[in-house]
Amino acid sequence: MALAKTKIAGLDSDALWDRGYHPDGTLSSGTTTLWDDSHHEHDTISTRTFGFWLYMLSDAMILAAMFTAFAVLSHNYAGGPTAADIMHPRFAFQETLLIFSSVLAVGLSMSALKHGNRAGLIGGIAVAFAIGVVFLGMEFREFSGLITHGITPERSAFLSAYFAMVMAHSLHLIFGLLWMGVMVVQILRQGFTDKVIYRLLNLKIFWQFQAVIWVCVFTFIYL
Amino acid sequence: MLVHLQGPWTPLFGRLTLSQVPYDNPVIIGAFLFAALAALVLVGSVTYTGNWRYLWREWLTTVDHKKIGVMYIIIGLVMLFRGFIDAVLIRTQQVMAVGPESAGHLGAVHGFMPPYHFDQVYSAHGAIMLLFAVTPVLVGLMNIIVPLQIGARDMAYPYLNAVGLWLTAVGAGLVMLSLFLGDFSHAGWVGLTPLTELPYSPGVGVDYWIWSIQISSIGTTLGAINLIATIVKMRAPGMTWMRLPVFTWTTMATNIIALTAFPVLGATLALLSLDRYLGTHFFTAGMGGNLMLYTDLFWVWGHPEVYFLVLPAFGILSEIIPTFSEKPLFGYTAMVLASLVIAGASWTVWLHHFFTMGAGPLVNTYFSIATMLVGIPTGVKMFNWAFTMYRARIRFDTPMLWAIGALFLLLIGGLTGMMLAVPAIDFQVHNSVFVIAHFHSMVLLIAFAIMGAVSYWFPKVFGFRLDERLGRRVFWYWVAGSIMVFIPMYTLGFMGMTRRLDYVAHPSWMPLIIAEEVGIGLYWIALYYQAKQFYVSIRDRRRYRVNVDPWRTTRSLEWMTHSPVPFYNFAVTPVIHARDEWAWRKEQGFTSLRPERYQDIHMPKNTAVPVIIGALSFILGFGMVWRIWWLALFGLGGIVVTLILRSCNQDTDYVIPAADVERMERRGSFVSVVPGTTRSPGDGAAPEGPFHPTGQET
Repeated sequence: MALAKTKIAGLDSDALWDRGYHPDGTLSSGTTTLWDDSHHEHDTISTRTFGFWLYMLSDAMILAAMFTAFAVLSHNYAGGPTAADIMHPRFAFQETLLIFSSVLAVGLSMSALKHGNRAGLIGGIAVAFAIGVVFLGMEFREFSGLITHGITPERSAFLSAYFAMVMAHSLHLIFGLLWMGVMVVQILRQGFTDKVIYRLLNLKIFWQFQAVIWVCVFTFIYL
Repeated sequence: MLVHLQGPWTPLFGRLTLSQVPYDNPVIIGAFLFAALAALVLVGSVTYTGNWRYLWREWLTTVDHKKIGVMYIIIGLVMLFRGFIDAVLIRTQQVMAVGPESAGHLGAVHGFMPPYHFDQVYSAHGAIMLLFAVTPVLVGLMNIIVPLQIGARDMAYPYLNAVGLWLTAVGAGLVMLSLFLGDFSHAGWVGLTPLTELPYSPGVGVDYWIWSIQISSIGTTLGAINLIATIVKMRAPGMTWMRLPVFTWTTMATNIIALTAFPVLGATLALLSLDRYLGTHFFTAGMGGNLMLYTDLFWVWGHPEVYFLVLPAFGILSEIIPTFSEKPLFGYTAMVLASLVIAGASWTVWLHHFFTMGAGPLVNTYFSIATMLVGIPTGVKMFNWAFTMYRARIRFDTPMLWAIGALFLLLIGGLTGMMLAVPAIDFQVHNSVFVIAHFHSMVLLIAFAIMGAVSYWFPKVFGFRLDERLGRRVFWYWVAGSIMVFIPMYTLGFMGMTRRLDYVAHPSWMPLIIAEEVGIGLYWIALYYQAKQFYVSIRDRRRYRVNVDPWRTTRSLEWMTHSPVPFYNFAVTPVIHARDEWAWRKEQGFTSLRPERYQDIHMPKNTAVPVIIGALSFILGFGMVWRIWWLALFGLGGIVVTLILRSCNQDTDYVIPAADVERMERRGSFVSVVPGTTRSPGDGAAPEGPFHPTGQET
């Protein structure tokens, strides 16, 4: 870092040393660095991704509170259907595989970003998007099947918690899909600017986080 | 899936009908007339002076952390007044409703408020004072001071900062609206379940409470992300962690709390909303719902929340006390560690809010011990402040008076807190006004620190001081009022008076309740002098004009730039050499603020997007409260579209050329020169005449 030297107003170095001022060893030959005029830019990408990690932490707290609620209410069937009646771990396992491959697609698109490969980047996002849509379609099928059988969130506290937990995850996915769409438009219109890049990096964090949450949903709720 | 409601509902207006306007209640009509008059005066005076354009360009659309902070503080002080009026109503109801002989007015059997109205008043008092008065003021102070203390130009995310401000404003606005349209919650500020569930609270009151807190808590979470990232990423060169001013450290600790605790509140309120809107059974009394789950989740947020409030107050004391003791802070490292320990401990004590709920002796013992342990870091802080003042040349300026007053309150509130941490004692005084007096001592400590902070940093932000003589008067009347209200309250608590009484059955308690009402009168006098202080100081601002360093013995970086602070904070980023850099520079004689070379400065542009997001959030909240689905959908969709459009805007920053910076520094008048932001008309805030950009010593 190139730091400019500024003359100490009205005092020469000897006078300062004679008067016993030896601050921090920074005082040398009559100058000390008081102002940083090295014109350093703040690293936008690192600042923005750091903030997004903090946001993910707060999101994790929301989901932690909801998992707590599920844990407390998980056996409060109120005479209604039990977990064994409505959950199909094999079906959920297929969903797990889907969301993992979607994350893989985003990961591959990020390695395309590293090489500045725009087509690969957009292709990866498109694949991740398509798999995400299939995942949501499967969840929709599962839920609409339950609801047509009269198994609704109003039936018992257990069902309330189950629906809320999975729906919270789906809402995140819908938000992520919307984000992917916006990113494709921005890549095409703006190219690889700092802002586009940090948004892509944050999208990657977000999407991987959703896979982590799904793993928790799968293990704690479906298994 | 939607729940069945009692009462009418139409697709176009939801539950909104004309009969929801409480025009038959004289108390509310009086409040409405007052608020309407105040709004009219405000709008009229802005129109008369032709300042709408200025207001919009320089304030409402600003991303400047100092202006955002000032607006936060204004919201907080206005809501502090509203919360005070609620307190006046509570105390007056109690003094009028003692014993079976007491008369009833305005439809009440005793006093002047029927129970349902009284319940709303104390619920509003609690929610407002904690979430819409103290929180915005503290967030505003952190906003103003932290970037200055670390030598940054602005926050890490200036635009996000403005979004947080407007979300907080929306929350406060919804609470105010509930006064004139519908009800507010009657279930206490904690919203106990299942009382807040639809069968027991069928009106819109609880919905107002949910959405006002939900929206503003999102704002607080965003603010926390911003402040943490600012402190981590934006420090000036040389500003190492152990050189950070203690206020910045407490800001760090407190926002770690906010970042982790407020999301839990959001989730809890969301689950309660699902119960109320979709008929789920999280906290209901039947169908497997668990009401203790709500209490636990609420206080898992609620207790960290009170430490979220108290830590910045500790930081403020750590800035004021060394300045007026003319000494460095005693035990800096211990102070930093204590702040972090308090933040960590805030997560381990929530169950002490409901010792009597039958969790069992083992659980109660754990939470009792954990609560007592909090006393250790707090005691460390107390002794550090005492040792800072020990053998110091103490000057009793107004900020120092507030700080010393806060220490006494911390002592009283802390020791009664230690009493309450013992479950055996807690069982005796549970739900009594002793508990109320205890936590009011603690919250008053925060209020005292806030008053101290306002008088301490006011000259830095506005360039002129507040009147000292009137400031002292405000202080002493606050002290007298606090003694008169809360010492009798502690006593009544021991005598068995429970909280939230709209009717007091024991005539023997009358003298103490009258004493409390006298205390409220003393607070009114303090309020009068406070208003007078602001009025006199603004009127005679030329006489109160200050230079860079008005208190002379200040130590940290925020005093190393002009007063009022230029919109770019520092002309050139300072290099930090010592823990108290400004004190170090004064000792070395480096008080000149003029660097050898000026640099181009990158600044964010003002934007209307945060205001628009705020307006749409208000529409969303209003639509949800009254169940006007199309309106809520419009608000939500509007927010999403606005965010997407904003993210496509690449023209968000501008550069001030070095020559312009130099010219502004020499002239001493700082107006942004970017096209699209006009210069402010002379409101007297900018210093006039030849400006000497140096410290006092030259």
